[in-house]
Amino acid sequence: MLRGRRRMECTLDAQSLISISLRKIHSSRTQRGGIKLHKNLLVSYVLRNARQLYLSERYAELYRRQQHYPDGAPLLAMPACPPPPAASAAAPPELAALPLPPDTQDREARSCSAVRGGAELLEVPVCAAPPELQRAPCRDSSPAFYRASSAGPGPGSPPGLLYAAGCDFGAPHCSSRTTVLDLDTHVVTTVENGYLHQDCCSQCPCCCQPAPGLASPPPAPGTKRKYYPGQEEEEGVEEGEPGGGGVAGGPPFAPCTKRARFEEYSAEHPQDSSNISNLISIFGSGFTGLVSRQQADSEQPLNGQLCSKQALASLGAWTRAIVAF
Amino acid sequence: MQHVIRFQSSELCPIYPEVEDSNTKRYQIFGWLSCWTKQNTWFQILPNLGAGGGNDIQWCFSQVKGAVDDDVAEADIISTVEFNHSGELLATGDKGGRVVIFQQEQENKTQSHSRGEYNVYSTFQSHEPEFDYLKSLEIEEKINKIRWLPQKNAAQFLLSTNDKTIKLWKISERDKRPEGYNLKEEDGRYRDPTTVTTLRVPVFRPMDLMVEASPRRIFANAHTYHINSISINSDYETYLSADDLRINLWHLEITDRSFNIVDIKPANMEELTEVITAAEFHPNSCNTFVYSSSKGTIRLCDMRASALCDRHSKLFEEPEDPSNRSFFSEIISSISDVKFSHSGRYMMTRDYLSVKIWDLNMENRPVETYQVHEYLRSKLCSLYENDCIFDKFECCWNGSDSIVMTGSYNNFFRMFDRNTKRDITLEASRENNKPRTVLKPRKVCASGKRKKDEISVDSLDFNKKILHTAWHPKENIIAVATTNNLYIFQDKMN
Repeated sequence: MLRGRRRMECTLDAQSLISISLRKIHSSRTQRGGIKLHKNLLVSYVLRNARQLYLSERYAELYRRQQHYPDGAPLLAMPACPPPPAASAAAPPELAALPLPPDTQDREARSCSAVRGGAELLEVPVCAAPPELQRAPCRDSSPAFYRASSAGPGPGSPPGLLYAAGCDFGAPHCSSRTTVLDLDTHVVTTVENGYLHQDCCSQCPCCCQPAPGLASPPPAPGTKRKYYPGQEEEEGVEEGEPGGGGVAGGPPFAPCTKRARFEEYSAEHPQDSSNISNLISIFGSGFTGLVSRQQADSEQPLNGQLCSKQALASLGAWTRAIVAF
Repeated sequence: MQHVIRFQSSELCPIYPEVEDSNTKRYQIFGWLSCWTKQNTWFQILPNLGAGGGNDIQWCFSQVKGAVDDDVAEADIISTVEFNHSGELLATGDKGGRVVIFQQEQENKTQSHSRGEYNVYSTFQSHEPEFDYLKSLEIEEKINKIRWLPQKNAAQFLLSTNDKTIKLWKISERDKRPEGYNLKEEDGRYRDPTTVTTLRVPVFRPMDLMVEASPRRIFANAHTYHINSISINSDYETYLSADDLRINLWHLEITDRSFNIVDIKPANMEELTEVITAAEFHPNSCNTFVYSSSKGTIRLCDMRASALCDRHSKLFEEPEDPSNRSFFSEIISSISDVKFSHSGRYMMTRDYLSVKIWDLNMENRPVETYQVHEYLRSKLCSLYENDCIFDKFECCWNGSDSIVMTGSYNNFFRMFDRNTKRDITLEASRENNKPRTVLKPRKVCASGKRKKDEISVDSLDFNKKILHTAWHPKENIIAVATTNNLYIFQDKMN
């Protein structure tokens, strides 16, 4: 792929590229003439490339860390991998099975909703991230689509709580649905989507139980949720997405991923990187056609777990988003 | 195979060529190619590099059309330029949905040093903005392409298209009108029949020329995605229209149906990897067309093979150079335009940084590649940020297929001479707007010390881009569209 940053003379790195690309996708929604399929496809290629670089860097770093802490430091996590589509999800969840420290507030932020909001038809609401991770503001502060989730100040979120209100953790990811309008057949379908919550849920044992201390139940399906950094709201997609259809703490957690997803202990990491990794994982699910087999296979195994190509193969909602226009 | 060797001569000494071809100015001399070999070879004497170029054509400013304002109204942005088959008419389309047609003045004997000027012939509103209520989509009125039909009678016909609808326009002249009606006054009022005492036969009398444009056919509702190309078949009865995922074949007389001949929409849109970016019929074979993709491939299809030409007859693709891989490789390899040569033997494609000439008989690589603005390769990040990397440049052939032309930034445009392998960069600017001023070649300094008269890459104005150019089918007259102005250049006639 990209051989080092030298190749790119500009100062942008993978994260900036991702945020810029998302901004473009978002703004294309409001442009006259509707979404341009060609341009969005090209932007998605850049997203994929940036994501790959970002992920490979993360892997490299995790690997280095593993070298440092050979006893398997807790919270070593793989950058989130996109989950396989619901259809193929059958494997039992492979949680990190690492005892999670109480300060799981160091979870990475999710800007799922932000991303969705920009990219249309994306699934599942956002999980709020612990505040520490939100300290550094997202690179672009303006666009509505890209907001770091934030659970507010530390004390505000109970330990172990991975998300703020509205993030229907408990709801199986599998049940996230998006509504798609096929331009050709004019058929409106509600599609069961992939698992964009994989990161949140994978390592949180509390997901498996009715989440105690949940701040509030997720919003009712179909409601719009506003999402601002530092607040426990989230911005949902306008398409009347059913919001995952579950009640936090209700149905038992049933992640559909085949791989362990590790959450990275990123306390010492730049906060925005955590946002990015979530975005990447979310969008990772959106790049089936774009991600070749080789790239999928080349991702390093970590702790024996791989982001399998099926994971990457589940192109998510956002090309459907394009279809809808 | 012809090698073009550029060499610095260490000394000049007269030598009598053994063979001389004065047509092409080639001389065969017995020359030392290196210390060890001595062989006969053709040496072509080239004039001083840097002055002129482009097959020794000296390009002069002729005219500029459009507002002088720096403040460009969005509706005035030119979106397509096309000469008709004789070159007498030049059509432009803009973002506001209007078509403006210029007509060349007949050459008169007093002005033998220049060809006729182009003046406005007709202006009409081709497309209006529409709203698709079903999909909640606004449909832009911007004219994406204009294609002329060959002239069959006194009227002219052209096809113009926006994102969704193609229209066939008839442009006709009226220079006579009937006068002398019995029941109508000259101003149109009706006469009282009882006052008519004598009868006369109305006659045609000359009047001021009036050019009327009327839509004869409207071809609508056949494209789900945005139309990017239209191309008239050499049978002059059918034409194709291409959007991002499909190509449809129409008959010019029939508006209520079209045949879908290419469909690359995947069953699952999640698997979408490429879109169609341009399509064109072969100039001579009415069964052959090509379409280019966002992945940098061109597919040639034969309509005789099957009704649905999803399977190509030929696939033209050049393997990617792995050393040039970057975040933006996919974007810059996307083809923005494809044009057959007039002969039909070659086709030219334009991607973001280069122009490639393909021989239809060779699929695995182009026969010629010309770098348009390679100095931008290191700036792709910034160009991505400001969206310039998505600009779709067009390209065109000259009448004899010996020179190709395409646009760049800073209102520069480039010409590549396929025979001499020389290229030239010119600028479309109002600064040189005295007629018959010879354009000075421009040069961009990629790095290092900037010489006098060179422009550094960082001072290029990326808002001034030339996306659309057209070459007269027979003469050395070119039309170059900047954002909202149309420049016409001619070669210097002596």
